[in-house]
Amino acid sequence: MITLSQVQKSFGANRVLAGIDLVIPKASSMVIIGGSGTGKSVLLKCILGLVRPDAGTITLDGADVTTGDREAFLARFGMLFQGGALFDSLRVWENVAFRLTRGRTPLPKADARAIAVEKLRRVGLGPATADLYPAELSGGMQKRVGLARAIAANPEIIFFDEPTTGLDPIMAGVINALIREIVVEMGVTAMTITHDMSSVRAIADNVAMLHGGVIRWTGPVTDMDATDDPYVQQFIHGRADGPIASVR
Amino acid sequence: MTQPAAFLASLGRPVLAALATIGRVTLFAGAILGHILRPPFYVREFGQALLQIGWYSLPVVGLTAIFTGGALALQIYAGGSRFNAEAVVPSIVAIGMARELGPVLGGLMVAARVASSIAAEIGTMKVTEQIDALVTLSTNPMKYLAVPRVLAATLSMPILVAVGDAIGIMGGWLVGITRLDFNSAAYLRNTVDFLEPWDVGSGLVKGAVFGFIVAVMGCYHGMNSARGAQGVGRATKSAVVSASVLILAANYLLTELFFSA
Ligand SMILES: Nc1ncnc2c1ncn2[C@@H]1O[C@H](COP(=O)(O)OP(=O)(O)OP(=O)(O)O)[C@@H](O)[C@H]1O
Ligand SMILES: [Mg+2]
Repeated sequence: MITLSQVQKSFGANRVLAGIDLVIPKASSMVIIGGSGTGKSVLLKCILGLVRPDAGTITLDGADVTTGDREAFLARFGMLFQGGALFDSLRVWENVAFRLTRGRTPLPKADARAIAVEKLRRVGLGPATADLYPAELSGGMQKRVGLARAIAANPEIIFFDEPTTGLDPIMAGVINALIREIVVEMGVTAMTITHDMSSVRAIADNVAMLHGGVIRWTGPVTDMDATDDPYVQQFIHGRADGPIASVR
Repeated sequence: MTQPAAFLASLGRPVLAALATIGRVTLFAGAILGHILRPPFYVREFGQALLQIGWYSLPVVGLTAIFTGGALALQIYAGGSRFNAEAVVPSIVAIGMARELGPVLGGLMVAARVASSIAAEIGTMKVTEQIDALVTLSTNPMKYLAVPRVLAATLSMPILVAVGDAIGIMGGWLVGITRLDFNSAAYLRNTVDFLEPWDVGSGLVKGAVFGFIVAVMGCYHGMNSARGAQGVGRATKSAVVSASVLILAANYLLTELFFSA
């Protein structure tokens, strides 16, 4: 279980997170929605410690994330970055197997490669992609390699920053199903950022909407349509008029 | 604020900023040194860095040295002839190359070639979140990116300097025998007789220091790159400028240390 309480973060005068309170139960899928630039990616990075919050506490299973063995903490996580963040000096399979071939118990190269090829297959990429370099892939393919890398070491907690952006509808469906499957079958705790409402419905147990630096609304996905929160309503129906300004 | 106070503040601010930067760079360099001795060691990354920094810098260092040695011979001949001391050309060329021009010009060329490419590469990794990705994959970016490059630069610069010295002396010899009527064998004998081990050794030590400076500045500016292409551009520029200035400053200090009476 991940708990955030009163997490705040500003970049200079830009106050991005103004006191976030959120609970992500174990083995559940939380989807974060919210307008572009509201701080969703920053929120994930705060939990991972890539961005240091100005105030507030974040705990994982009751323990403060800023204390304790950082390597052991990070070993429990997988992260898909919004831009893929593939290492462009390494081949696709080396990217996917990065964690497997390093760290405290590295796997032999052949085993790591076999796992990488299998993970690539699960995100809809054939074995021929394994030996290419990231620069030789399309944007959507890079995204999926990033996804394969995030799940490669079978982490307990996985963060997906916009996993289906840039994918065709069929591939988006495959990825949605994959994320759902990982949560249901392997008991992974997932936190997904997405703008795609069909993804939200396919992936989420719970939904949280970030707006104005706070969690504007959170609840089970089944309650999302029924809520009378005007912000959520405007967002899920994609209306131009409503409380959320369209110029920001 | 009163006008004099505002004036003083405008003087003080850049000074404080500069001091803060010096502090940060020193801490950064110290952290790298701390990581060098502790595992894990990234052997493959070290090998690649050695190739990129050492091997591929050979042509530019060699070309710099040969032209410099040649020009040096012409100038020393011109200067020496004013005192009827043309015969000093071989030894002064050798001492000048080994003590000063080999390490300094080699260092500056490597700064231009290597500090820029390290800063651009690491800066791009920073702005495309590859450094964040390394951290989430339990890999310390200092160990994985900075240590192999710093180690490779520090170890390969003395070799580059040695090669540069030899080629520079060759350049002087070529000019000496083709343009200045020196006898080939006499020129070489003169070079060997008057060149002392410490002339060369001090230059190699300088080379190691300059290599360290180059790689540390490349890594520091890359890792602190601001966001976007503009950020990477600025990081690259800062890496080359700061590495070059630091090389010249360090050269003066080392020369004081090694040779002041
Ligand atoms: N390292 C940083 N330095 C300065 N400002 C930053 C940094 N990272 C994020 N920001 C700012 O924080 C705000 C939120 O950024 P973030 O990337 O979290 O948005 P987002 O909600 O993920 O948007 P999108 O849906 O477009 O990805 C933006 O205004 C951005 O400019
Ligand atoms: Mg984002």
